[in-house]
Amino acid sequence: MSKIERKANELVFSFPHMGDYHVPIARLLENMFPAGRVLVPPPITKKTIELGSRYSPDFICAPFKFNVGNYIEALEKGANVLIQTGLGCRFGYFGEVQERILQDLGYEFQFFSLARENAKVKNAYQGFRRLGSPHSPAKFLAYVLIAAESIRIMDHFAFIMRERTGFALRPGSFEYLYGCMLEELRQVSTLRELIAIRRQYTDSFSKVEVRRPPDLLRVGIVGELYTLMEPYSNLFIEKELAKHNIVVSRKMSAAFLLFGKNSRKSLKDTGKYMKYWPGANATDSVAQSRRYGRLGYDGIIHMKSYGCTPEINAMPVLHNLGKDYNIPILYLSFDGQTNETGVQTRLEAFVDMLEMRRKTFEKDSLSRGGHRFHFDKGSRS
Amino acid sequence: MKMKIGIPKAFLYYRYGELWQTFFQEIGCEIVTSQDTNRAMLLEGAKDSIDESCLPAKIYLGHVRSLIGRCDHIFVPRFENFGKNDVMCDRFMGLYDIVRNVYPEASLIGFDLAATEHKSQWQAYLGLGKTLGKGAVDILLALRRARLVQEAADQKRQEQQTGLFQENGIKILLAAQPYLIHDPYIGQPLAAMIREQGAIPLYSDHCCRRQCRQRALEICGNLYWIMNKESVGAIAMHRHQVDGIILLAAYPCGSDALVNELVLRKVKDVPVIQIILDEQQSQAGLATRLESFIDILKERRRATA
Repeated sequence: MSKIERKANELVFSFPHMGDYHVPIARLLENMFPAGRVLVPPPITKKTIELGSRYSPDFICAPFKFNVGNYIEALEKGANVLIQTGLGCRFGYFGEVQERILQDLGYEFQFFSLARENAKVKNAYQGFRRLGSPHSPAKFLAYVLIAAESIRIMDHFAFIMRERTGFALRPGSFEYLYGCMLEELRQVSTLRELIAIRRQYTDSFSKVEVRRPPDLLRVGIVGELYTLMEPYSNLFIEKELAKHNIVVSRKMSAAFLLFGKNSRKSLKDTGKYMKYWPGANATDSVAQSRRYGRLGYDGIIHMKSYGCTPEINAMPVLHNLGKDYNIPILYLSFDGQTNETGVQTRLEAFVDMLEMRRKTFEKDSLSRGGHRFHFDKGSRS
Repeated sequence: MKMKIGIPKAFLYYRYGELWQTFFQEIGCEIVTSQDTNRAMLLEGAKDSIDESCLPAKIYLGHVRSLIGRCDHIFVPRFENFGKNDVMCDRFMGLYDIVRNVYPEASLIGFDLAATEHKSQWQAYLGLGKTLGKGAVDILLALRRARLVQEAADQKRQEQQTGLFQENGIKILLAAQPYLIHDPYIGQPLAAMIREQGAIPLYSDHCCRRQCRQRALEICGNLYWIMNKESVGAIAMHRHQVDGIILLAAYPCGSDALVNELVLRKVKDVPVIQIILDEQQSQAGLATRLESFIDILKERRRATA
């Protein structure tokens, strides 16, 4: 791997991958540290996972392994400041262990943790200042706001893309547009530009021609956030579904995590199924599954990394919910070594089953929401 | 007729057993505890569990199942946290809903303890007592008495263990969650094996918990799981008084996976091994590992003497 040239005392920032979110994060870091450099780690490959798995604890969840892999590859390329966040479940403790693992491997770096308490605005600001960010609090907030708004725009269009991409007249047009938008977001530096981008792409997304058959299948995706958001970790299941001409609805995204989450409300939305919050996003998984059930979706796919405690807490609930709403749920668990063919086979079987169900129960009351294409609102637009 | 309350003898029973028993007795309920964990129970529990849930959670479901039909209500409390940085594992937060959804026929009672949301111990037990139709004064008196009993019991165990530290034999600290160490099916056979081979097992939860929680931060700086703090703190406090440390973890425990890794990487001056327990545990394999570990400890002691 080629190493970048680094001046003495120059800070080279890096962070783990998660889907396409490296775009706003890299931009944010560039804004925060005009004197430093930002190194986006190389894209996740088989090698990343191998590296990560080799140095991670035995039964840790896959996101940890992916993170470690990303860090090692970034350090090899010359990064010297690593950033980690951490909230919710055991994700909050990732940073401390990862720092130690990388130190034991002999790398020299600073570890910048934005976990738990450190993620609060005031503490985060102090952390950035300590690392040499020259900005005033107002400027700091402005940059954070831009990053947050970028994420929101990304997720808004990603949501639309997931729902429509299987039906584009010219396959790949949504992906192309989305890619262009990411390019532009990478350069953005004011809120005004962001608003322009949003307007422009709202226009161009709506102009892409789609042809939806009248009897399309709709599948909702719920589960643990990292596995949902990092396509490599779920073996590109959404693309696979789009190939089968299925409407994919997934509300969970970084924007949802940052702005849309309301534990109390989603606990209420789980109805009789849950009484308490079982950690992280498990209530959201249940609440959204219930919603998909009510809207008459054809199926739900529940994805998580192996051993994810909150989602396992939610699974007995989902079993009951699936029975009550008569909606099939496919449970997939990924641990970084998951066999792609195996998952594909299960997915194909699931899709076949959905199609057969649709034929059998054509005019039945099962599809409560009717066959009309329904736009889930997704992350707020 | 007295109301019958079923208490599953798993998970936090090994931390609050005396408290719960006294509390329910004091407010005039009859108690039915499940039997000691056994193989059949574990298998029953595993059958009703999600494959990936942890070993003690499977055992817990086995206990709950065995109580169905034997009592009026089963006691399944929910623990979330005791403060901002004293959090319980997510499993305890979801336990109530898991049991409710797996065994819809069972009648459950419980409470919700989350100090950061102003749901303290007093309030939790007050609510619990009220659902059983008791008056506030009775409940608070019962709780006060129950807490004293629990404290006395903890104190006694602690003193016993302090005595053991003075012994001359090979001393091994079992650092783990209490529901692993004291479970008669998974942790206690291990302790018995240690004793059989002439060494003395010491338990991390029989040390002073308050001190442990503070000292844990010497090894794991930002640790926020309270039970892990207690087991790690015991290592920080007693690592120089023991010959070796065994980290006991259940497969696949969420917090232990991270914390034990860090302990293994940071504690270098005392021999440490990690033993991971799962459903397919073979006693022979375990005995071999223990034997070789104890041999190492003996050799080490001879070399330094």
